[in-house]
Amino acid sequence: MPTAAGETIIGFRDAAKVFPGRGKGGEVRAVDGVTLDVRAGEIFGVIGYSGAGKSTLVRLVNALERTTGGSVVVDGTDLTGLSEARLRPVRAGIGMIFQQFNLLSSRTVAGNVSYPLEVAGWSKDQRRERVRELLDFVGIADKADVYPSKLSGGQKQRVGIARALATTPRILLADEATSALDPETTQDVLALLQRVNRELGITVVVVTHEMDVVRSICDRVAVMEHGRVVELGDAYQVFSAPRQDVTRRFVSTALKDRPSPAVIERLRARHTGRIVTVGVDDVSGSSAQVTHVLRRHGVDGTIVYGGITEVAERPYGSLTLELVGDGTSVEEALAGLRAVTDVVDHGTASAPRDAGDAEERSAS
Amino acid sequence: MTADQLMPLLWEAFLETSWMVVVALAVGGVLGLVIGMGLYLTRPGNLLANRPVFAVINVLVNVVRPVPFIIFLVALGPVTRAVVGKTIGIEAFTFAMCIMSAFVFARLVEQNLVSIDPGVVEAARAMGASPLRIVRTVLIPEALSPLILGTTFLFVVVLDMSAIGGYLGAGGLGDFAIVYGYRQYDWAVTGIVVGIIIVIVQLIQWLGNTLAKRALRR
Repeated sequence: MPTAAGETIIGFRDAAKVFPGRGKGGEVRAVDGVTLDVRAGEIFGVIGYSGAGKSTLVRLVNALERTTGGSVVVDGTDLTGLSEARLRPVRAGIGMIFQQFNLLSSRTVAGNVSYPLEVAGWSKDQRRERVRELLDFVGIADKADVYPSKLSGGQKQRVGIARALATTPRILLADEATSALDPETTQDVLALLQRVNRELGITVVVVTHEMDVVRSICDRVAVMEHGRVVELGDAYQVFSAPRQDVTRRFVSTALKDRPSPAVIERLRARHTGRIVTVGVDDVSGSSAQVTHVLRRHGVDGTIVYGGITEVAERPYGSLTLELVGDGTSVEEALAGLRAVTDVVDHGTASAPRDAGDAEERSAS
Repeated sequence: MTADQLMPLLWEAFLETSWMVVVALAVGGVLGLVIGMGLYLTRPGNLLANRPVFAVINVLVNVVRPVPFIIFLVALGPVTRAVVGKTIGIEAFTFAMCIMSAFVFARLVEQNLVSIDPGVVEAARAMGASPLRIVRTVLIPEALSPLILGTTFLFVVVLDMSAIGGYLGAGGLGDFAIVYGYRQYDWAVTGIVVGIIIVIVQLIQWLGNTLAKRALRR
């Protein structure tokens, strides 16, 4: 009975993976009591710094690593305690792509894509047909007879994706799939993953340390630190209102929109007006609202710093403005801005204000 | 002795050496591949990780490999008698060659396999491949090029072993060079045997390099 869209397709319940220590090293709790649900049909991101346990977590899904505590249920099958032989068909139903692509150098592109079909016992004719279909889908049909060593990183990952999709899995696991690629190729591969999700309805779990990846394609996200999930939810909610330091650090890597104390110092020296930073996002306010408030109070706002980008296809960022007007109307405009968005007041060169919040949010 | 008398003897010696080398290379190669694969697979952290089995094979390989072949021949005597039925002659000698070359090759095979990216093995596991399938379709094809070069190296090792066949009355080119060259102070005969061996080694090395290059896929 396949899981319906929106229902839990991967369920972790207090899942743990403890690696026995080597020598005097002591044991390593790579995954430490994770409980979360991945829903069928979504793109779920797991973000964290290296060593946070995210790669181990994703390997619990296809049991490349076995849990040492708790349980993992995939598409209705509890993997806990299944034998290796019983796990093989489960693994065959889950696609996986890797940072280093992990293609067989002894096989051509077509041979690589054909591999999982051989494992699944497809006939030669069926395999040839399916391989052509897959290479068409990922856009490298002309490379079928080439060996992987002749391909670029982006092409290799396309082969990896074609191979992972070969047996029409319901889940695709992407372990740092774009970390070895340049920014442009990263966008191509992310777009392909999004197509995989939307056109084929495959649930995608993306493990990454790159905020950009989560920002561009993830519906929901789990932030991991020291083997634990420290923040979980809708990607936009998590990143527009981060509650944990680690989450804030990721946000600041994706968008350097908030001025650092040194930048504020220079802005105040360069511009005579009041320097303020206003948040621009779906939750607290749009830049149209900001312009509207300023116009109502007869205050000029010049953009001196900032940036607006998209998280989960919704606007997110901040603008730093120089407000010019007479004293009271600037104060009134500030009050008006505070009513529609979050505002950080940096003051002026003669009356500087060091908002703790500003430093905290720009700290990286 | 005249050349007319020596030629048939040289031909016979060549056939004896060929037989010893081919049998030892084939049997030792297959056995060595199995032992080396066992070493690799049972190594802690690998596909069939098994510390006790790994430790036993590892110690065995380490004990056998460094023993000089001429001493190994004597030490293996009781085993040779049990298996072949006698301790002298070409069969007994070749048996010892097979065992020694298996252990030499085992370490080579293991080293070649270790150099395979573990990520490729993980990918095959993730696609639901069984360990036996991974050995057949991933490990051997991915390491094919160095395995061919390893076999070429093993050929030279085995040829080297065959040179002392005279000690157990196994004959061969080495024995011929000693009996009809060295002991007769006939440097020409010794020189011809050395020349033949050099040509054989060069041919095999060229063949190995060519095949290995073709298997590399780069």
